[in-house]
Amino acid sequence: MIQGAMTEGAMTEGARAVAPDELLVVANLGKRFGGFVALENISLSVAAGDRLGLIGPNGSGKSTLVNCICGTLRNEFGSVRFGGQKLDGLDAHQRTHLGLARSFQLPRPFVSLTLADNIRIPLLYTVALRRGQHHTPREVEERCVDLLHGVGLGDKARRLPRDLTQVEMRKLELARAMASEPKLLIADEAMAGLTHSEIEDILALLVRLNEQGVTIILIEHIMSAVMSFSRRLVVLVSGRKIADGPPADVMRDPEVERAYLGQ
Amino acid sequence: MRTPIFLLVWLAIGAAVFGVSLAIGNDYIFFAGYVVLQYVVLSTAWNILGGYCGYVNFGSAAFFALGAYSTVAIYKLITENDFYRMPMPVLMLIGGLVSGLVGLGMGYLTLRLRGAFFAIATLALAVVLQTLIVNWDFVGGSRGAYIIRPEQIWPFGNYIRYLFLIMLLLAIGAITVARLIEHSRLGYGFATIRDDELAAEASGVPTLRLKLVATTISGALMGMAGAPFPYYIGYLQPSSTFGLDYAVNSIAMPLIGGTTSWVGPLIGALLLGSLQQIATVTISSAVNLLIVGFLLVTFVIIAPNGIVGLIHTYLQRKPEDFVGRRHVEADVPGQVP
Repeated sequence: MIQGAMTEGAMTEGARAVAPDELLVVANLGKRFGGFVALENISLSVAAGDRLGLIGPNGSGKSTLVNCICGTLRNEFGSVRFGGQKLDGLDAHQRTHLGLARSFQLPRPFVSLTLADNIRIPLLYTVALRRGQHHTPREVEERCVDLLHGVGLGDKARRLPRDLTQVEMRKLELARAMASEPKLLIADEAMAGLTHSEIEDILALLVRLNEQGVTIILIEHIMSAVMSFSRRLVVLVSGRKIADGPPADVMRDPEVERAYLGQ
Repeated sequence: MRTPIFLLVWLAIGAAVFGVSLAIGNDYIFFAGYVVLQYVVLSTAWNILGGYCGYVNFGSAAFFALGAYSTVAIYKLITENDFYRMPMPVLMLIGGLVSGLVGLGMGYLTLRLRGAFFAIATLALAVVLQTLIVNWDFVGGSRGAYIIRPEQIWPFGNYIRYLFLIMLLLAIGAITVARLIEHSRLGYGFATIRDDELAAEASGVPTLRLKLVATTISGALMGMAGAPFPYYIGYLQPSSTFGLDYAVNSIAMPLIGGTTSWVGPLIGALLLGSLQQIATVTISSAVNLLIVGFLLVTFVIIAPNGIVGLIHTYLQRKPEDFVGRRHVEADVPGQVP
């Protein structure tokens, strides 16, 4: 069922009661850069364990939406709730502590740290603080190597990010995001610039994470990947949400075809 | 090596240095050595913010001068009136406190600034503080202030020996703090700030809070280095205390030694500080900044990662095997951390 052309009814959706299994609720969110309206009245919710695809042409506001959800940018209108808690006003690191993780469109590794140390950061600053536990250096080290093994980088734990290929860099991004043990992972164009087999690798990784209970929002331009991964699709165009529903239905929506895929 | 053992080893080295200096029997060693050790503290302190976090501070002289002028203020308030001389360690703690608080304030004011903008802000802070001191008559204003140093102190004899020892202990304390930070969660957090603040926040690192910690620790150590200075120099004036030498040396020494580990500033300060002292005696103190400039340009071209980086390359070893676990300089020639 398509909930397309949602802006009219966005207020109602934003104001409605939050279902108990809804992990992320974005209500009437708006963001402007000077006179440019980057996001207008965006409302969406993501249930725990869901696999949401977020698509839209370049400049449609996908990354701005992610930045507003993750706290990198402050939304001027509307609100973001995560796990029932209001996120507005919280810094990005506080949102990470609550269980929100992201990977970046362009990989942003800590270039002077080894791969193991890249993974160590969220373990030290998020997991340990959240649990209020002190982990021995050996425990942290083992967890770092485990996480790197999970994405196929276990044998490169002592290497620097500059030694990695593009796909390995993407995997490092995902491993680092996963190290914070998130409830929700937002993968921002995690497959950009990869070959078909590399895309399959990343997709398999994301599916595995989802099966482990992590809710995933996938922002992607590669339609085959989005279609095979997502259970639900949201389409943004010019800062507005124009469709929200099962992928097959959304792709048949005339407005989506017109605005995103062409006539 | 665990921190208590590290500290004990350095205290033993310090005792040996002090013993050898006493054995030489020439007090000039203490005068020259004091300046070199003072630069060990200043460059180590600068490196906590500049090297570990990647925030270049051009205002080192201001923090150093604040420490010195807090001593002058206390001297004018207490010592001149009651003839009670406050113990030097207490003066150093007060100097550290004052400079640490100003460092914290600077951190708050410049939280959102980065790169050249942060550097300019620190330079502006130095100018503002110098203007305040120049116009504060109580601490001598532009005329400067005289501090009468005791001739002798038991059991060291000449007071300069005592000042040397104090600075030696502060230098050991500073490198211990730097190493402790480097091997702690705080050090990892600082490294992420240097590499990528956005990614650091996304990994849960409270970058703004950590920057405040760095500016406070760095400022406090610089202030502690400045506190004994009036007793060393005897006559303190704003133009020399806020001088370019301190700001430039504090930056050049870690850059020449290597910025991502505690060893770099130590090597840089010992090398450059000693060279300057030798040049002062053999040629003229006027060539000191020339030496700094020449070495800085040479290192930026030949060894942008400093002496520590040069040794890494020479030994062809994995960086984590050498100094610490993760001290790998960013491989960008000429990059200011």
